[in-house]
Amino acid sequence: MSITNSLHSGIKQKITVENLNFFYGDNHALSDISIVIGDRQITALIGPSGCGKSTFLRCLNRMNDTIPGIRAEGRVLLDGQDIYTPGTNVVDLRQRVGMVFQRPNSFPQSVFDNVAFGPRVLGLHRSQSLAASVEESLRGAALWDEVKDALGQDALSLSLGQQQRLCIARAIAIKPEVILMDEPCSALDPIDTLQIEELMRELKKNYCIVIVTHNMQQAARVSDWTGFFWLGELVEFDATQTIFTHPNQKLTENYITGRAG
Amino acid sequence: MSTRSAFDQELQELRVSVLRMGSMVDTAIGRSLQSLKERDQSLARQVIAEDEDINELRFKVEGDCVRLIARQQPAARDLRFIVAVMNIVPDLERMGDHAAGIATIVVRMGDEPLLKPLIDLPRMAQIAREMLRASLDAFVSENDEQEAMAITIRDEEVDQLYHQIFRELITFMIEDPRTVTRAMYLLFCAHNVERIADRVTNICERVAFVATGRMQEISSEAGTEVGII
Repeated sequence: MSITNSLHSGIKQKITVENLNFFYGDNHALSDISIVIGDRQITALIGPSGCGKSTFLRCLNRMNDTIPGIRAEGRVLLDGQDIYTPGTNVVDLRQRVGMVFQRPNSFPQSVFDNVAFGPRVLGLHRSQSLAASVEESLRGAALWDEVKDALGQDALSLSLGQQQRLCIARAIAIKPEVILMDEPCSALDPIDTLQIEELMRELKKNYCIVIVTHNMQQAARVSDWTGFFWLGELVEFDATQTIFTHPNQKLTENYITGRAG
Repeated sequence: MSTRSAFDQELQELRVSVLRMGSMVDTAIGRSLQSLKERDQSLARQVIAEDEDINELRFKVEGDCVRLIARQQPAARDLRFIVAVMNIVPDLERMGDHAAGIATIVVRMGDEPLLKPLIDLPRMAQIAREMLRASLDAFVSENDEQEAMAITIRDEEVDQLYHQIFRELITFMIEDPRTVTRAMYLLFCAHNVERIADRVTNICERVAFVATGRMQEISSEAGTEVGII
């Protein structure tokens, strides 16, 4: 099944995926996915476990490349440039397309060093500008007020919700254009979850956000667009309010109402 | 095994509650007309008293809807269905009020003879009741937009009959102003029936919404004309 979607007028295309097929060896994990993802929008990907949504997310910054035996066909255009073109600098790509994972993966270092890690790798060493970058990123991740007096403390001593926001701060410290989030709240309690969602609404003013979530209410609450994956296919992609009030596909309806999946 | 049998069961209970309420309203309309025809004041009082049961059921069903939304976070068709129910039960409740309105007039008229024999009014009420039952059938079958829309066409028959009664009673009042009170009694009764049929079209709109997700007004031109004569 191949579907194409169109964004509302006035929304810039950030990522355009054309007929993407993805294989883990003989396993055809994604079939002919075509999708247009808008800039400064939150796009949620939903579907049951094993439907390919995380695989798809990881195709957007080539995080699957390290897995042996994989093969990707089709095109993934970031601002019109195919990221699978041979010779693409994958490190540059991942600087532009950052990622936040399911469990916070703070480094066993200070809060400051966690956030300063990316900028340092990119060659920022002057302490004043580094401090400014760390502050800006922590503010952007709505964590500054909670950690500003203890930037030297071990990041692992923060609560899980704080650590997840720290990971978001670390991701935005290198000024990406796209932030991919793979179930960023699945390890968090409801309050931390709502804080992350609130943060996502702030972040979308400046970034293109794509989130994979098992929590359909989260997709309904936070996203502008929702894509529903099923057995490696994109069954439906539409404005979130359409998906949750009158989806076009029976399969989508059955999944979001708990009749299937 | 279904992953949502408890939710399905609760939705079914909601469906049954709406049908029960619809049946109570249908009975109330029938009895109010019967009390008018037979000048049966005790039956009229019964209709007025039983309207309380309809009012109570309305709030119970609305409460059930709120609880389902809070606990199940319904989406898609389930959400549309629950929203439709929340819109349908106030309409049913108001239809019960219209029936009680007719009964109140019967009580108020006492033993005063009717101004004219009842011909068009029972016919109007008959059509309105048929529309109501058909709309509840469409509500249960849930996926037929056309079926729901077809019912609303009959609202024009009701409006035309109302129009006819209206002109006839105006003529009575012009010819002999002493008939004004008795003419107004009948006009109020006819107006109540006319409003009942209008509210059935609201139910049909909600049934169509469940089926399609589209919210659309079904307008009856005849109905709007009557209001401005």
